[in-house]
Amino acid sequence: MTTTTDLVPYEDALASYDPVMGLEVHVELGTKTKMFCGCSTALGAEPNTQTCPVCLGLPGALPVVNATGVESAVKIGLALNCEIAEWCRFARKNYFYPDMPKNFQTSQYDEPIAFNGYLDVQLEDGEVFRVEIERAHMEEDTGKSTHVGGATGRIHGASHSLLDYNRAGIPLIEIVTKPIVGAGERAPEVAKAYVRELREVIRALGVSEARMEMGQMRCDVNLSLMPKGSGTFGTRSETKNVNSLRSVERAVRYEIQRHAAVLDGGGTVVQETRHFHEDTGTTTSGRTKEEAEDYRYFPEPDLVPVAPSREWVEKLRAALPELPLVRRNRLREEWGISATDMQAILNAGALEPIVATIDAGADPAAARKWWMGELARHANESGKALDELAITPRQVARVTELVAAGDLNDKLARQVIEGVLAGEGDPDQVVEKRGLKVVSDEGALSAAVDEAIAGNPAVADKIRGGKVAAVGALVGAVMKATRGQADAARVKELILEKLGVGEG
Amino acid sequence: MPGITREEVAHLARLARLELKPEELDHFAGQLDDIIGAVARVSEVADQDVPPTSHPLPLTNVMRADEVRPSLTPEQALSGAPAQEQQRFKVPQILGEE
Amino acid sequence: MTDKNSIIRLTAAEIAGKIAAGELTAVEVTEAHLARIEAVDEKVHAFLHVDREGALAQARAVDEKRARGEKLGPLAGVPLALKDIFTTTGVPTTVGSKILEGWIPPYDATVTKKLKDAGVVILGKTNMDEFAMGSSTENSAYGPTGNPWDLTRVPGGSGGGSSAALAAFEAPLAIGTDTGGSIRQPAAVTGTVGVKPTYGGVSRYGMVAFSSSLDQGGPCARTVLDAALLHEVIAGHDPLDSTSIDAPVPPVVEAARNGTVRGTRVGVVKQFRGEGYQAGVLQRFDEAVELLKELGAEIVELDCPSFDLALSAYYLIAPSECSSNLARFDGLRYGLRVGDDGTRSAEEVTSLTREAGFGPEVKRRIMLGTYALSSGYYDAYYGSAQKVRTLIKRDFDTAFEQVDVIVSPTTPTTAFPIGERADDPMAMYLADLCTIPANLAGNAAMSLPCGLAPEDNLPVGLQIVAPAMQDDRLYRAGAAIEAAFVEKWGHPLLEEAPSL
Ligand SMILES: [Mg+2]
Ligand SMILES: [Zn+2]
Repeated sequence: MTTTTDLVPYEDALASYDPVMGLEVHVELGTKTKMFCGCSTALGAEPNTQTCPVCLGLPGALPVVNATGVESAVKIGLALNCEIAEWCRFARKNYFYPDMPKNFQTSQYDEPIAFNGYLDVQLEDGEVFRVEIERAHMEEDTGKSTHVGGATGRIHGASHSLLDYNRAGIPLIEIVTKPIVGAGERAPEVAKAYVRELREVIRALGVSEARMEMGQMRCDVNLSLMPKGSGTFGTRSETKNVNSLRSVERAVRYEIQRHAAVLDGGGTVVQETRHFHEDTGTTTSGRTKEEAEDYRYFPEPDLVPVAPSREWVEKLRAALPELPLVRRNRLREEWGISATDMQAILNAGALEPIVATIDAGADPAAARKWWMGELARHANESGKALDELAITPRQVARVTELVAAGDLNDKLARQVIEGVLAGEGDPDQVVEKRGLKVVSDEGALSAAVDEAIAGNPAVADKIRGGKVAAVGALVGAVMKATRGQADAARVKELILEKLGVGEG
Repeated sequence: MPGITREEVAHLARLARLELKPEELDHFAGQLDDIIGAVARVSEVADQDVPPTSHPLPLTNVMRADEVRPSLTPEQALSGAPAQEQQRFKVPQILGEE
Repeated sequence: MTDKNSIIRLTAAEIAGKIAAGELTAVEVTEAHLARIEAVDEKVHAFLHVDREGALAQARAVDEKRARGEKLGPLAGVPLALKDIFTTTGVPTTVGSKILEGWIPPYDATVTKKLKDAGVVILGKTNMDEFAMGSSTENSAYGPTGNPWDLTRVPGGSGGGSSAALAAFEAPLAIGTDTGGSIRQPAAVTGTVGVKPTYGGVSRYGMVAFSSSLDQGGPCARTVLDAALLHEVIAGHDPLDSTSIDAPVPPVVEAARNGTVRGTRVGVVKQFRGEGYQAGVLQRFDEAVELLKELGAEIVELDCPSFDLALSAYYLIAPSECSSNLARFDGLRYGLRVGDDGTRSAEEVTSLTREAGFGPEVKRRIMLGTYALSSGYYDAYYGSAQKVRTLIKRDFDTAFEQVDVIVSPTTPTTAFPIGERADDPMAMYLADLCTIPANLAGNAAMSLPCGLAPEDNLPVGLQIVAPAMQDDRLYRAGAAIEAAFVEKWGHPLLEEAPSL
């Protein structure tokens, strides 16, 4: 595929068209077992070791619904402000594909368990955009194929494929938005923010880790353009398996530019599935089908309807955790920071570490300062996420305590953190081993100050003469002499005292 | 009800993944037409305000606890496989989407 | 008592009694039946697979258990013929299809497991119409089964192998499955007893699916009591089947031991006679109704207008479900694979495999179901058929407000000659005219012999239908009718069957 695709510059595209998006997100639930059988869902198992007659689709095997799967679906529905069906069914979606053992997917069709909801998502500048949710329904994942004989595991040119059904039957919740209109030039940002917010909600509910890089959360992006001023949707493309937040943003952007080029050139957009390529940030056409799919949905006769009682639904609603946006707003207020600051914290992945550090006793400002400063720098340098650093929130909290008590100054504290990260033990152990305590012995401090004054008579005179700002040089000398272990504020106080200068 | 054409039979066969022979297409077209013609009577009730019954029993909420049960061994799982490789089911090249 | 010929003529209840009393060993009983199979099955072709070693091992286990003084179940040591639609670990399961030729399941169906746990001796797997689609067992990929009453005629279907095994005295018990009549219709045309339990009464786990919302496994036997004993062994809630009823099994054995119709209100449905019914069949049926009156039953005429649409609804629902259920046979994970020459795609290999592996009736139904479910036709066909189902349920509900059980002929005709309806699907489908409504509504139903049709001297079946969950009513009424007939004839009907 070497054909180059024409693109219209993004700003030009947005000048002529309004994008309409539809996002379909599949989330693998973190249940212990599969949706319809008792096989484990643990990751990393040897191929075909987590299969049984049910998930292999052996003749005669029958599905039984995982109660926790249903509960998770209801929780997700409630968190997305959906109505929960009083009665709904599973349906069979019939089509042949080798990674699907029964050659139908047990899914839901016209009776989803949750429908008509919304999710408020916050953009970089703090603006809140409401994304309407069409439905959230339960279904099952497919197996995994490995393509052999072609180039680097690609399907094209492969001589054969190998199938592992460990993943087949893992519960999925598919969350479908209503058409997202009105995002304009911010469409890519809205798409990304929506997927991120959805991920936070899923994690807050504890129903899945929703790690996109592990395939636990996957996004399909539907996009169409309508000429500015028109209310009629254009033909959409469906870009499959866009599997990172950044890719979601890029795929939307790319498709806007591609659609605009097609339309500007007087062409018509083909309704098709497309594939997103991480390396180039482009999409390419999927195989065009000679015939339209006809999934021949019908109610799954091997399963009985799911009828969540209102009492149960209300119980689940009452037990929902505080949802991420609400929580973030609350914390922002409690901490007295701006939306931009909060966004920076989120982008850095620092929210949970900071909260945990505060919970462990740290002052909020101090917790933020260390995670967003020193620790973020370490994470950056080592290419790790904040929560992967070898330091716990409790340890960070202890460092802030030592600073607050005057036992450490910032410079020493940085050394303590380095020691903890280097595996030298808890902060107190590092302090002990490295001998990092602030010199608080007034006698020793006084002697060092005297020494500094004596060694810098010119500076001392200046200060005596009223140039208090010059005190820094003397403080520096004392700090140097004490190898940084003095409390700089106290040193300054002592110097001024000894030179007989009162502060302002 | 409309007669079922050879083309329609061919389309159904593709959906159902049956590589029907040309003579089968004709044979089935005739037979399906007869059968559909006979059973199409059910549509007499299409306009009636009757709820559909998809299941003889009025059961709801049959579920199991999320507890792991033993899986098959990979040997058992693969025991019927026409071909296997690396403890996986070996299948011909998949003409699918990437 | 070691006369092999006399052993095979015993009922299951008698065999179990003699084994428990030490008058016979399970091994002797099993050997007698294996010998009978050896002697006659070449002609009858009831079995697709005989598991001699497995059967003898199970029999020995029962004998050892008895020797240890352990309590035996009510059917311990009794041989049984299992329809080849139930999975059996280590024993081939073909469902009568080439597409599963040689497939050895890695798991036991719940019914298989219950039989093994009860000490029942599974002799082997019986012939059937491919994927249970048919009413003559001619659709088996492995050749037809002969009706022991006349080997040139069909034994009914789809469970013709199971019923023929009983009628040929190859086994005293058998298991069948009934989607539209596949237990009752073969029972009727072979002069045996067959019961379709209430839908959900017997687990479908490990029973290869034809039409999930209609399929139901059930007992086949030569007497009503034997059927009840077997019913009790295989029935009961199964957490592996979501559609399994979580309630106690109706007291079928107690009912079979205390047969009576005195005071029973028996319904006769107007729609179950007329064009297409053989005169001799109606004659025997009418006599059975007279007999019921003599026995103290009250006969009530019923009108169930929606039953006229039952066959049509069935031939939309069953094919629709089967088109989906049979999609898994794609040549990739188990069973037949055709055309994998290294150049063809998985898609092509699947299409070639299914073309080669399925017989004409299976393909016909897959096509029909694919059509009925496809967009644009769903509402007119599948949707309407589901509405008909509601109407049929309502007709049954109304009927059962007036009566305790309903009776009818089981089939409109006696056994027809092999080949007669082979390529005339509509004619074949008529064989299930009377049995289908009970499947659509999920009711319990039984067929038992009510004599020979005068014109051909072939067995006629009497069908009894009871409301869902009231399976015991079948046995209470069935046992009474059976006793009255045996008294009238002076012997069980099967004694009149020609010797093989
Ligand atoms: Mg889906
Ligand atoms: Zn499984």
